[in-house]
Amino acid sequence: MNTTDTNNPEYYHKVVDCQYACPAHTPVPEYIRLIAAKRYTEAYMINWESNVFPGVLGRTCDRPCEPACRRGRVEEEPVAICRLKRVAADNKGDVKSQMPQGPFKPNGKKIALIGGGPASLTVARDLAPLGYEIHLFDEQIKGGGMMRTQIPAFRLPETVLNEEVNYILDLGIHTHFKTYVSSLKEVLDKEYDAVFVGTGAPKGRDLSKLPGRKEGDANIHIGIEWLASVAFEHTKSVGKKVIVLGGGNTAMDCCRTSKRLGGEEVKVVVRSPYKDMKASPWEKEDAQHEDIPILDNHTPKSFEVKDGKLIGMTFEKVEAHYDENGKRKLIPTGEPDVFIEADDVLIAIGQLNSFPWIERDLGMEFDEWGMPKVDKVTFQSTISNVFFGGDAAFGPENVITAVAHGHQAAVSIDLFCNNKKLTERPSPFTNLTSQKMGIHEWAYDSEVPTDARYIVPQADKEKTLSNIKQEVELGFDQNTGFAEAQRCLNCDVQTVFTENKCIECDACMDVCPTSCITFTENEEQEDKLREKLLVPALNLQQDLLVSDTLKTGKVMVKDEDVCLHCGLCAERCPTSAWDMQKYLYKVTKAGCGNH
Amino acid sequence: MTYIKPEFRHPNLPVNEVGFTKKEYEGRISTLCAGCGHDSISAAIVQACYEMSIEPHRVAKLSGIGCSSKTPTYFLSNSHGFNSVHGRMPSVATGANLANRDLIYFGVSGDGDTASIGMGQFVHAIRRNLNMVYIVMNNGCYGLTKGQDSATADKGSMSKKGAPNPFAPIDLVSLALELEASFVAQSFSGDKGQLIPLIKAAMHHPGFSFINVMSPCVTFNNNKGSTKSYDFVRDHASSTSVLDFIPKKEEIKVDYEEGIQVKVAMHDGSYLSLHKLARDWNPLDWVSANEALIKARDRGEILTGLLYINPKSNPLHDTLKSSDKPLNTLKEKDLCPGSKKLEEINSSLR
Ligand SMILES: Cc1cc2nc3c(=O)[nH]c(=O)nc-3n(C[C@H](O)[C@H](O)[C@H](O)COP(=O)(O)OP(=O)(O)OC[C@H]3O[C@@H](n4cnc5c(N)ncnc54)[C@H](O)[C@@H]3O)c2cc1C
Ligand SMILES: Cc1ncc(C[n+]2csc(CCOP(=O)(O)OP(=O)(O)O)c2C)c(N)n1
Ligand code: SF4
Ligand code: SF4
Ligand code: SF4
Ligand SMILES: [Mg+2]
Repeated sequence: MNTTDTNNPEYYHKVVDCQYACPAHTPVPEYIRLIAAKRYTEAYMINWESNVFPGVLGRTCDRPCEPACRRGRVEEEPVAICRLKRVAADNKGDVKSQMPQGPFKPNGKKIALIGGGPASLTVARDLAPLGYEIHLFDEQIKGGGMMRTQIPAFRLPETVLNEEVNYILDLGIHTHFKTYVSSLKEVLDKEYDAVFVGTGAPKGRDLSKLPGRKEGDANIHIGIEWLASVAFEHTKSVGKKVIVLGGGNTAMDCCRTSKRLGGEEVKVVVRSPYKDMKASPWEKEDAQHEDIPILDNHTPKSFEVKDGKLIGMTFEKVEAHYDENGKRKLIPTGEPDVFIEADDVLIAIGQLNSFPWIERDLGMEFDEWGMPKVDKVTFQSTISNVFFGGDAAFGPENVITAVAHGHQAAVSIDLFCNNKKLTERPSPFTNLTSQKMGIHEWAYDSEVPTDARYIVPQADKEKTLSNIKQEVELGFDQNTGFAEAQRCLNCDVQTVFTENKCIECDACMDVCPTSCITFTENEEQEDKLREKLLVPALNLQQDLLVSDTLKTGKVMVKDEDVCLHCGLCAERCPTSAWDMQKYLYKVTKAGCGNH
Repeated sequence: MTYIKPEFRHPNLPVNEVGFTKKEYEGRISTLCAGCGHDSISAAIVQACYEMSIEPHRVAKLSGIGCSSKTPTYFLSNSHGFNSVHGRMPSVATGANLANRDLIYFGVSGDGDTASIGMGQFVHAIRRNLNMVYIVMNNGCYGLTKGQDSATADKGSMSKKGAPNPFAPIDLVSLALELEASFVAQSFSGDKGQLIPLIKAAMHHPGFSFINVMSPCVTFNNNKGSTKSYDFVRDHASSTSVLDFIPKKEEIKVDYEEGIQVKVAMHDGSYLSLHKLARDWNPLDWVSANEALIKARDRGEILTGLLYINPKSNPLHDTLKSSDKPLNTLKEKDLCPGSKKLEEINSSLR
């Protein structure tokens, strides 16, 4: 195999599994260490810079980082990365003074943001300090998008959301709330230098063809519309018996909300088997903790209406069959249909994009599914000054993805307004610093405690179910936050190898607790080399660090897979051929490094 | 600040026949200097015992004094151990072995511990053919007391401060051969491929198995001009053969080429398979082993690998016709067979 090029900024970045998996590439271990050191404000600011909504995300993030976390490969459970973020947000001091301070010198460019969700707000935050005049339009009365209209208050208190939305609006954003944009043409005519579309995926799927749908309409609701109406307190109650259709996170929010609005027998009914449900495992757990049964393998057949009023639904029982490609088919079992009583039904079976306000004769290209053609890197549409991001760009995702899109769209808009090539993206900021302080002393806590993942405490069920605004999760206290933070393996502290210092004494190979290091003859084929390591490197997602040829003709091969970043290799190396070096990787934001 | 070895191991660590991973054969984290050859030998012992599926409680580790003699702390934490006084490991090993012949005895010593203060003990353990593995971690100096030349330092070998050693060395391998040790081998800490099978073979050999391992002292004797440095040993090692230890359960698959491949049957049905690299040398022939060693020395080479083996050796217990059971398992009836037996013994002596 070829010698690994560690000068490629992506090599060490990939070793930091959590950061690499995070759409916004938040420097996770860096802020986790700050939390352990009780430096909450700094931990918050690292998050804020990267993901814009630390308090929101510390409660609601989809956490793609956690399944990626190395700790989950070393033992059972990953680090509770997401909830640690909340510890920073809950305990921070004054952060506002550390944010960019306006008024900013205008640069003469005007940008329109359509939609006030996390994608647009991120664009606003990145561009306002550069002097752009930003106009944000949203049909709602306040900013935040679905973070406000969809995520229920018992998961995300309004105060937390308001605080973080306001940090952005306070940068001098011109807001136009209660303003539905009904024509892109009109916006384009107003001579903005660029337009960003962050309108989300605002349409909930319906079951319009199911018998009884029309007749029972008064008690059949589209999940996301219903949640928005609850958020704005237009809906304050629900029937005693509620069926929630769907197996995703929206269904989980619908059923838990129903439970708080008077629903006594709330049931989630889903077509797929339980294990295939789209909802995150923790969302399912939380629903079940609130005594909400989930009935799987039930396909809706009809709404049952009696005397003009909905009385329930009939379901057909199915079974999942998978073909050799893993493709699923739901096949009826032949058992008798199941009738379930209901006063109200909430349909939470997915969201759709919808752009009725974009005229189709403006030159914007759409694909066969009615989605605009958007560049995956630049977020530019086929109208050169119109950019997309968030759920509006490629369909419904989550907040952190919307933020990541926002950052990149802001970079593009800034390049565009400066007549630069959008494809020449600024490279990330990287930095490697040695952590050595003494023979057995490092600037980070290199011990690896065996503590199992800590559980986030929750408020009493009686309390949470009787008050929709009572937040369920209480968050880690400082001490538990510290203990959980210590579980982090510091994957950003890289094992950096210097060939010409190595005397091939094998000390590092002998001491490594997880058998990462092997000195061996090189192989042409990567799979051959992977096979012959001390413990074969079977996780192909994880790279091998292959050195140049050493004096004896062998090479040093390190499998990054389960390295504990314990530093023992470097401690046992007589010549400091290994060093532990902290790798900082920051995605470059708009305006940094490109002017 | 660490110096604690994390508890986690590779999740895919294989398990041996007795259900253990390598972790169960490890010791405490080493406190020797980083890069010390001795640590590699410890790792080779761990690997050999793991691969042989030895139950750790069946091993007794014995040592004297020195960095080398500290190493039993760094391997086989689940085994028995006795860290004795300087140069006295063979006596303790003899006593332990006579008391309980069922254990595997692992003696670890240094060149100072063996070739200076312990020389008198060493030679008698060989002479008696005590059933044990005797490893010398040979760095040509007294590592623990800051690197003075030892009796195995070569004449002219340069100390770290630049002073050449004025005395001729004691070559422990020649000495062991001269005393007709029944298993004589030499290796290098940096060559686990050779060392691990040698350790396995030594553990199977029913008699005194001597392995002299060149084991550089990174701190005091790894300088230019030293003949015990990593670079010097690597440049001058010459291997007699490529060795494989084949446990009795495994079929031998290779075809043996007359003269080049040698198959040595061991008492318990296992085999040593040697692919000879050195010519005119036969590990079963004492004279040719001596010759090979002398010629290599003349060429300035360090001959490594298995040098000599006498598979039919007579270990001490056989010579003494001593109890075939460990003493601690003998019952009062065995120890005090009664007046009738006493009569018999007495009359036999009249
Ligand atoms: C029930 C539910 C729960 C969720 N829970 C989570 C969660 O826990 N964690 C998570 O990460 N994600 C969650 N999501 C997904 C997340 O809310 C979205 O992915 C995210 O908000 C998308 O951000 P965005 O900026 O693209 O658009 P949105 O947040 O959807 O914001 C779009 C905004 O644009 C406005 N708008 C649309 N069209 C127009 C127009 N023509 N004129 C003016 N304004 C317009 C809308 O009113 C809205 O305010 C959830 C989604 C739902 C439905
Ligand atoms: C009776 C006695 N004499 C002297 C010493 C001092 N001493 C400790 S270790 C040592 C030499 C050890 O050399 P070696 O056996 O080669 O071990 P190394 O440290 O080189 O591995 C000496 C002389 C002692 N501990 N006890
Ligand atoms: S152990 Fe820490 S640094 Fe490593 S992946 Fe998990 S959270 Fe990230
Ligand atoms: S830091 Fe070094 S010793 Fe520790 S697990 Fe990683 S490679 Fe092994
Ligand atoms: S411990 Fe250092 S010198 Fe020894 S083999 Fe490892 S990298 Fe090379
Ligand atoms: Mg010594």
